[in-house]
Amino acid sequence: MVWNALLLALREIRRNVLRSCLTILGIVIGVAAVIVMVTLGGGDTAQVTAKIASLGTNLLMVRPGQRMGFGQMSTAAQFDLADAEAVEREIRSVLAISPASTAPTTAVFGNRNWSTSVTGIDNRYFGVRNWTLASGREFTDSELRAGSSVCIVGATVRKELFGAQDPLDNKLRLEKLSCTVIGLLQAKGQSTMGSDQDDLVLMPLRAFQRRIAGNQDIGLIQVSVRDGASTEQVKQDIEDLLRTRRHIAPSEDDDFQVLDMKEITQMLAGTTQVLTALLGAVAAVSLLVGGIGIMNIMLVSVTERTREIGIRLAIGALEREVLMQFLVEAVVLASFGGLTGIVLALAASVVLADLMSIPFVFNPGIVVLAFLFSAIVGVVFGFFPARTAARLDPIEALRHE
Amino acid sequence: MSDTHANTPLIELQGVTKVYGRGAAAMQALRGVDLRIDAGEFVAVMGPSGSGKSTCLNILGCLDTPTAGTYRFGGVEVGGLSRNQRAELRRHYLGFVFQGFNLLNRTTALENVELPLLYRGIHLAERHRLAREALTAVGLAEWATHTPGELSGGQQQRVAIARAIVTAPDVLFADEPTGNLDSARSREIMELLTRFNRERGLTIVMVTHEADMAAFASRSVRFVDGRVAADTRSTEAA
Ligand SMILES: Nc1ncnc2c1ncn2[C@@H]1O[C@H](COP(=O)(O)OP(=O)(O)O)[C@@H](O)[C@H]1O
Ligand SMILES: [Mg+2]
Repeated sequence: MVWNALLLALREIRRNVLRSCLTILGIVIGVAAVIVMVTLGGGDTAQVTAKIASLGTNLLMVRPGQRMGFGQMSTAAQFDLADAEAVEREIRSVLAISPASTAPTTAVFGNRNWSTSVTGIDNRYFGVRNWTLASGREFTDSELRAGSSVCIVGATVRKELFGAQDPLDNKLRLEKLSCTVIGLLQAKGQSTMGSDQDDLVLMPLRAFQRRIAGNQDIGLIQVSVRDGASTEQVKQDIEDLLRTRRHIAPSEDDDFQVLDMKEITQMLAGTTQVLTALLGAVAAVSLLVGGIGIMNIMLVSVTERTREIGIRLAIGALEREVLMQFLVEAVVLASFGGLTGIVLALAASVVLADLMSIPFVFNPGIVVLAFLFSAIVGVVFGFFPARTAARLDPIEALRHE
Repeated sequence: MSDTHANTPLIELQGVTKVYGRGAAAMQALRGVDLRIDAGEFVAVMGPSGSGKSTCLNILGCLDTPTAGTYRFGGVEVGGLSRNQRAELRRHYLGFVFQGFNLLNRTTALENVELPLLYRGIHLAERHRLAREALTAVGLAEWATHTPGELSGGQQQRVAIARAIVTAPDVLFADEPTGNLDSARSREIMELLTRFNRERGLTIVMVTHEADMAAFASRSVRFVDGRVAADTRSTEAA
């Protein structure tokens, strides 16, 4: 019965190709919007997630100052090494910390120079940031203690200054300071914010403080949290601890920030969410309009085919058989819309993903869901016309013309 | 159902009335019809326009139900059946031929004839075989793949007859089957019906207002004003 209804439906749709195409337009747009949205959103998320994973998921970043809005930071007293050590010592779930301080600089090697930044660190930095060396070695204890003029360079700095040459044991100049390259970092690529993570020079913290910054400040404490411990809790503990150390009155706001990766992700996902909601609304409206379009055309079709329905009923078709025939037709029509939408959406997603330079992540779940949804639209909006057809009085219907 | 007990008539109407509309607009189409038709009869229903012939035929064909009175088909009270049960009854035991042919346009003669078999759930190969057989019986074997638009009126009505008899029904109901045809074509149709009545024992109830056509039947029931005014059996057929 369903098989016959399917054949009938296909034949009926073929008879009115143009009308059928126009009818399903709303569904095509709705389904396409949903799939493009989810596919591109999925690609974006995959990219963001991959980059956050490269940072280390249990990472907290503690910075002095508060975000004022739009990239502005309020000025506040910097941290010092004692703050960093206190965090490590007094908060139980902290696995490791890495104090760091950064300044912009120009690195020079031979006749080449390159604008970059220099960061003073100690060896804990590599563990906390989950970063390894491509070649060379980390700092020795004596180098750290003495604040020796040695440095480790990122892949970008290496490329810009040394080209194909091996940077190890060469001396490069940072402003007036000459230091020996002892290591090369593994390349990490772009960060979530789109900045180049490999564009940096690392040196012993003490060397940085003495010879570049000229002070004892710490601009960033990176904290890695023990596996299984609550990042939320550690964040809270750090805030409490630093508020006490910095003598902040209960009525005052923090003059520092503790960011976890989840927050950084959410910050980035925020814009995507607005877009998703917008496209979702477009999709919902299109599907609704598409559904009403199908209902309208099915009602027209029932009226046009009243006589046919009368013949079928007189011959002995049951109500549910006529209902099924028209319902199947509506569902087939809607499903065609769904399929067309899927094909268009996948094509559009491949092109758009390429243009936006995000990966194309095929999501079979949403494709199946979108198809099912279009079929359901067919059932919902086809039901009323189909029932109208099934309930016709055969005598009246036969007299219709 | 044709093998029901000899005492049970195939069709039996008792005091059947039919009222259309309500209140002041009510229209009494049938005013108490008693009628009994046995298996194998060929009945012509005659009478002036508006006398209730079609109304009566629709009730007999289980397309409609009486307002009052009883209708038994093969001993079964039709008035008590649901819409779907009546559809089942039509599907299995009844065939219809209409004045306006009522074939599905844009659908071949063969597919039109197959239609009632489809609702009986008969498989494709068997459907084809039975439909071709029926088309051959009405002399249209070579026209199987033509659509109604490509056929003459007489041919269309013969396709309709093939469609009505393809399920081997107990009764064939025909409402003015020759109403749209010239006399030569009408004659062909009547000869066809007569043949099915004689050769297959098919019971036929046919509405007509032409005496020429009624002459083919074995019995003539005359309606006037919603009542049976005369009921005569032709001596020749008896
Ligand atoms: N559906 C209907 N609604 C109202 N009146 C009807 C309907 N069908 C038939 N009638 C009326 O019932 C009477 C009998 O009609 P009908 O059985 O068609 O007569 P006939 O077939 O003998 O010409 C007519 O007066 C007709 O107008
Ligand atoms: Mg009539």
